Amino acid sequence: MTNPETRTEWPLWEVFVRSRAGLDHKHCGSLHAADAAMAIQMARDVYTRRQEGCSLWVVPSAQITASDPGDKDMYFDPAEDKVYRHPTFYKLPSEVDHM
Amino acid sequence: MTASIQLQQDTATQYLLRLGDTCLILGQRLGEWCGHGPVLEEDIALTNMALDLIGQARALLSHAGAGQGLDEDQLAFLRDERDYRNPTLVELPRGDFAFTVQRNLMAATLLKLLWQRLQTSTDAELAAIAGKAVKEARYHQQHAADWVVRLGDGTAESARRSQAALAQLWRYVPELFDADAVDDAAAASGLGPRWADVQADWQAEVGAVLAEAGLQPPVGSAFRSTGKRGVHTEHMGHLLATMQHLQRAYPGGVW
Repeated sequence: MTNPETRTEWPLWEVFVRSRAGLDHKHCGSLHAADAAMAIQMARDVYTRRQEGCSLWVVPSAQITASDPGDKDMYFDPAEDKVYRHPTFYKLPSEVDHM
Repeated sequence: MTASIQLQQDTATQYLLRLGDTCLILGQRLGEWCGHGPVLEEDIALTNMALDLIGQARALLSHAGAGQGLDEDQLAFLRDERDYRNPTLVELPRGDFAFTVQRNLMAATLLKLLWQRLQTSTDAELAAIAGKAVKEARYHQQHAADWVVRLGDGTAESARRSQAALAQLWRYVPELFDADAVDDAAAASGLGPRWADVQADWQAEVGAVLAEAGLQPPVGSAFRSTGKRGVHTEHMGHLLATMQHLQRAYPGGVW
């Protein structure tokens, strides 16, 4: 983590855009801003100028805890051959969308 | 080289040109920030706003020229300097970032207040343009106000630059609200408000932002700029040369 006293760049923020009412906010990129209000304003100009969204979230990148890329094999590969964990063996009624 | 157009300037046309040219010339000035913004995000924000303003100018100039068979490009690019009716404030060179956001605050507040009232214009097309533009102007005002406060209430250097910008810009404010025959005719016909009618609201809104920024407007002077009457500063010719040369050299050129 950069020392705020000696830092010359504004902190980094992750930007999430909701493209339409009812859909989820999706991560779309990041930007530098001095605070949350500025981050929202900049996200509006950088990420929604082509009608991409109707709502914005910004999150300080430093607040995101990520899994270690070194743990990728251990974490994710074991799921590869567990096909029985997918609910693909059930016949869904047609009224149930988006499963 | 294409010759300049001749434009009949009755009071209604002049009223529309004041609005349209304010948007056009400020849009041109903001466009100059492209590639020069202090950070990438602001570079995009300033040019977004430039495009909003150019869009408003297109609609207004199309409307102003329609009765005389002139289109938006002819009005934007083929008029002589004296036929532009923007207040001097918006033609001043873009200055530093403090200057730019303060001028944006002044211009966006004026335009927002005008658009709000123009939505009930007796001119249906102008009312429709206003209905769309008022949302854009509200954002421009908010964006500018945010930066004016950050810079005015920021570091010693940003406060110094902000105070200097205010001292320079404040001289060009009185012109915005000088009423004349063009305004009177527009008010009488229901075309739109006198610009002077929004002065009290403008002073309240801009004054609140300046107070929050810790900036003190200089005392008024007797100086009056005259851009709205077509008499411009030496900066206008340079701006027009840059803006017009392509259309003058390649008439009707499109992309």
